[in-house]
Amino acid sequence: MSAARVLSTLLAGMLFGFGLSFSTMIRPEVVLSFLRFQDFGLMLVMGGAVLVVLLAYKLAPRLLQRPLLDDHFHEHPSVWNRDTAVGAALFGVGWGICGVCPGPAIAGLGAGNGSLLWALAGIALGALVQGLRAK
Amino acid sequence: MNLALSLFPLGWQHYLLGGLLIGAGAALLFVLTGRIGGMSTVFSSSWSYLVQRPFFEQKRFVDSRCWRLVYALGLILGALIWWLGFAGGAPQATAVPDWQLLVGGFFVGYGARLGNGCTSGHGICGLGSLQWPSLLAVLTFMATAFLTANLMMRVLP
Repeated sequence: MSAARVLSTLLAGMLFGFGLSFSTMIRPEVVLSFLRFQDFGLMLVMGGAVLVVLLAYKLAPRLLQRPLLDDHFHEHPSVWNRDTAVGAALFGVGWGICGVCPGPAIAGLGAGNGSLLWALAGIALGALVQGLRAK
Repeated sequence: MNLALSLFPLGWQHYLLGGLLIGAGAALLFVLTGRIGGMSTVFSSSWSYLVQRPFFEQKRFVDSRCWRLVYALGLILGALIWWLGFAGGAPQATAVPDWQLLVGGFFVGYGARLGNGCTSGHGICGLGSLQWPSLLAVLTFMATAFLTANLMMRVLP
């Protein structure tokens, strides 16, 4: 990766991580209070993020021939099959238990919440077991 | 006013602004490098450095593992800036017990990787590219998460 691409990837991640922290999504209590219908803030977080991403994904390929620092725009088609259904259902169970999803588990490292290391370890372990069981 | 207070007892501005910033991060990644920046793949692609199994040696993991780690490092740095600049660097804690974080985390990691996406992959990037399989995935994990979180609240004090 060129230095410019490394720096821009880092900067994009920083915005993402700052946003996760600023919106308090790195606090499991806040996520759990959404899942218990006590505070609907997570809908605003997700809605705001989807809106900006939707604009970028729709407009950038129309206005630009290619990304500013690379040769083509990637696509990541999602598919609906048994794995997606079972995986999403299990993800939700875990999310409902701990209130931490992958982004906040990583960002939490920078925000001085050592307990989130437990969630990070759990996620890494879960991803390992999934890969070892996969055909 | 009362409605806003009952839906968002802690205020709503920081949620919306934070969400816009999260979106701006994923949007910037796309505009500059053309990449789709979900977060859970880094947990599989990073194992490819250590585990020599065909699953982890897949091209999609090996080719992306470097930038995904840089992106994750950015997440940590962004949170660090918030912590030092906006939270006074005071230690953060959570009332959720460690075992709950570990066990819940395990299902989060296993499920997100089996289902090829998490709250950011399906939720933000998938919905942001208007893909109906991602919408179904989001509805599925929201449903099981609502059920689990409410059940947990009844079972545990």
